[in-house]
Amino acid sequence: MSDRTVISDARLVLRKDLRIERASKVVISQVVPFAIMTLVLFGFGISPDARVVLGEGASRSVQAQVAPGLIFIAILLSALLALSRSFGVESADGTLDGLRLAGLDPAGIFLGKAGAVLVQLLSVGVVVTSGAFLFFSVQVDWTIARAVLLVTTLGAATAGIAAAGTIYSALAAGLRVRDTLVPLLVVPVLAPVLLGAGQAADAALFGATVDGWPWVGALAVFALLYGWVGIISFDSLLEDA
Amino acid sequence: MSEGPVVELEGAVALVGGFPALAGADLRLRPSEVVGVRGPNGAGKSTLLRLCAGLVPLSRGTGHVMGHDLASRDGRRLARRSIGLLGHATALYDDLTVRENIEFWSGANRSLHADIRGAMDHMGLADRLANVPVSGLSAGQRRRTAIAILLARRPRVWLLDEPHAGLDTAGRDLLDQLISDAAAAGASILVATHDRGRIDDVLTRTVHLEGGMLSAVPT
Amino acid sequence: MSTALTGPSSSKASRVIGLLALASTAILLLVGLVLSPPEVDQADSVRLMYIHVPSAIASLYLAFGVTFIGSVIYLRTQSTFWDLMAHAGAEIGVMFCAFVLLTGMLWGRPTWGVYWQWDPRLTSTVISFVLYLGYLAVRKMDLDPAVRSRRAAILGIISFANLIIVRYSVQWWRSLHQGNTVGRDTQMDGLILFSFFWGILTFTLIFTWLLIHRFRLAWYEHQAGATSLDDAIAARRAERTPPLAGEAL
Repeated sequence: MSDRTVISDARLVLRKDLRIERASKVVISQVVPFAIMTLVLFGFGISPDARVVLGEGASRSVQAQVAPGLIFIAILLSALLALSRSFGVESADGTLDGLRLAGLDPAGIFLGKAGAVLVQLLSVGVVVTSGAFLFFSVQVDWTIARAVLLVTTLGAATAGIAAAGTIYSALAAGLRVRDTLVPLLVVPVLAPVLLGAGQAADAALFGATVDGWPWVGALAVFALLYGWVGIISFDSLLEDA
Repeated sequence: MSEGPVVELEGAVALVGGFPALAGADLRLRPSEVVGVRGPNGAGKSTLLRLCAGLVPLSRGTGHVMGHDLASRDGRRLARRSIGLLGHATALYDDLTVRENIEFWSGANRSLHADIRGAMDHMGLADRLANVPVSGLSAGQRRRTAIAILLARRPRVWLLDEPHAGLDTAGRDLLDQLISDAAAAGASILVATHDRGRIDDVLTRTVHLEGGMLSAVPT
Repeated sequence: MSTALTGPSSSKASRVIGLLALASTAILLLVGLVLSPPEVDQADSVRLMYIHVPSAIASLYLAFGVTFIGSVIYLRTQSTFWDLMAHAGAEIGVMFCAFVLLTGMLWGRPTWGVYWQWDPRLTSTVISFVLYLGYLAVRKMDLDPAVRSRRAAILGIISFANLIIVRYSVQWWRSLHQGNTVGRDTQMDGLILFSFFWGILTFTLIFTWLLIHRFRLAWYEHQAGATSLDDAIAARRAERTPPLAGEAL
C-alpha cells in the first residue's frame, strides 16, 4: 500500500488499455479506416469543383477551405467509437467491479483510461490530418510556426475530447443504452472544441498563426478543466455503478 | 483482530434497478466458517454476495464487513479490500493473455509476486496456458484464471457465486481443497450453490435464501 | 398505501402566482400587441422579442440555474427536495428552450429573410437545448434511484459550466465574422422597453408557477415510490414458500 499513487494506478490502467489495443487492433484496423472513410464522404458532400475566391485573382477549392473543420469532425466521430470501445472492454465481463474491488484510485482509473483514449486519438488525428491534405489538396506555405500551431492544436483538442469523453462514458457505463446515450451527451459538450480547433487549424494552414494561439489556449483550458472534473468526479461516477 | 463476526447483516435490503432483490436479510459469518447459500433462481444470491462485497449499497437495515459499515461509501470502499469475489463474470479482459490478465489484476490488487507465482502454479496456469488470450479459454480455464487472481489477493472473506460451474472433477476437487485450506487459515467463505453432494463436506452450515430473505436450514 | 400520497399540486401560494401570471400575460398581450408601436428596424416582428427574450432568460438562467443549484445542494446533502427541484428545473428549461428556438426562427424569417442564421445566441441555444435533453435522458436511466440521482447531479453541474463555455465560444467564433445581430444601440421607444421588462416579469411568474407544480408532481411520485418500496419488499418476502421458522441466524 505504501507506494500506491494516483500516477501508478493511472499508468497501470493506461498500459492495460494499450495492451488490449495492441492485441485486438480495434482502433488501428477499424476506427482509423472509418476516419479515412468519413473524409471521403465529406468529399462527396462538398463538390471538388467549387472554389472560394480569395481576391487578387487567387482562389482555393472549397474542400481545402473547410478542411480544418472537417479534420476535427472526423476526429470527433472516431472518438465516439474509441470511447465506446474503451468502455466496452470494461462492461463485457464484470471488470468494472474488479477495478472497484481492487481499490484502484478512481482518479487514476480516469487518467489511465483518458490517457489511453488520447494516445489512440492522436494516432487517428495524425492519419486524418494527413488524409485531409491528400484528399482535399490543401496547399500551405509551411513555416515552423504553422507546423507547431497545427500540432499543438491537435494535441490540445484531442486531450479535451479524451477527457470529456471519458467522463461522459463513465456516466453512462453499465447501461444498455450506453452506445446511443454517450454521443447525445458528449457531442454538444465538444461543440466548443470543434469550433476552437477548427479556428486554430484554419489559422495554422491559411491565416496568421497569431490568430490561432488564443484558440489553442482556450482548448488547453477546456482540456485542463475536464481533466480536473474527471479527477474529482470519477469516484462518484464509478461508485455503485 | 476482532473475533466477532466478519460479515454481519441485519434486515439488509439491497436494490437492483429499484427492485428489492434482498428484502431484509440477516446473516452472521465468523472466521473459519464456510457457509453455503441455497435457494431458487432469482432468490437474491448474487445480490447477497455483491452486497457483502461492498459493490451494492445497503438501502435499509444494517450491514458490516470486517467492521466497515456497508451503508456508507467509505465503509464499502474499505470493506472491498478484504474481499475475494468470484461471480458469474470472471472479470477478465478477453483480448489479453492469461499472464497479462494476472499481471494487471495482481498489480491492481497489490498482490505479492510470490503469491502470484504460487497461485498460477496451483491452478495449472504456469505453462502453456499462460500465453493464451483469455478469449481462447474454455469456461473452466477462465474460472481457474479468476480463482488464481482471487488466491493471490489473499482475501479475508471469500464470496463465491456458483464457483464449481464449468469446472471439471479435478478443478472441483482443487477448489474444495482451496476452500478448506482458506477456512483453516481463518478466512470466512460464503458459497452460493445449487450443488448438493460433495460440496457439503466443506460447508460448516447452510442457509436458505428465498424471497430476498435468509433462513437457517434445519440439519 | 394508507396515507394520502397525492393531492392537488396547487397551494394557496401557487394559485396566487398563477393568477398573477395570468394577469401579467394579459397586460403583456395588451402592451406588446396593441399599445406599443412597431420598432424602427424590425417593424412588427419586434413583438416576438417580448416573449423570445423573456423565455430565453427563464430557460437559460432561471430554469437551468435551478438545476445547477439543486444539483450542487443534492451532492452535498442528498436532499430529495433539491434532487427533484433540479429535475423539474431542467424539464421546464428544455421546454422554454424549445420555445426560444421557435420564436427565434419565426423572428428570423422576416428580419433576416431566413429561418436560421448562425447568430451566436441562436447557435448556442440550440446546443444548450441538446445538452439538457441529454440531462433528461440520464434522468430516465434504468438505475438504482440513488445512483441515478447522483449521476444526474454531477451532470447538472457540468452542464451549467458547458452552457457558459458554449455561449462564450460561439460568441467568440461569430464575432470574427459579424457583429451581434441583437442588442445594437438603437433608440428604443419607452413602451417597447416596457414590454421587454414586462415580458421578463411575466415569464418569471409563469416559470415559478410551472416549477411549483412540476416539483409537487415529482414529489408525489417520489412519495408513491417510497411507499411502493415497502410494498415491493413485502411482495418480495411473500415469494417464500413456505416460511421457515427460526429466521434469525
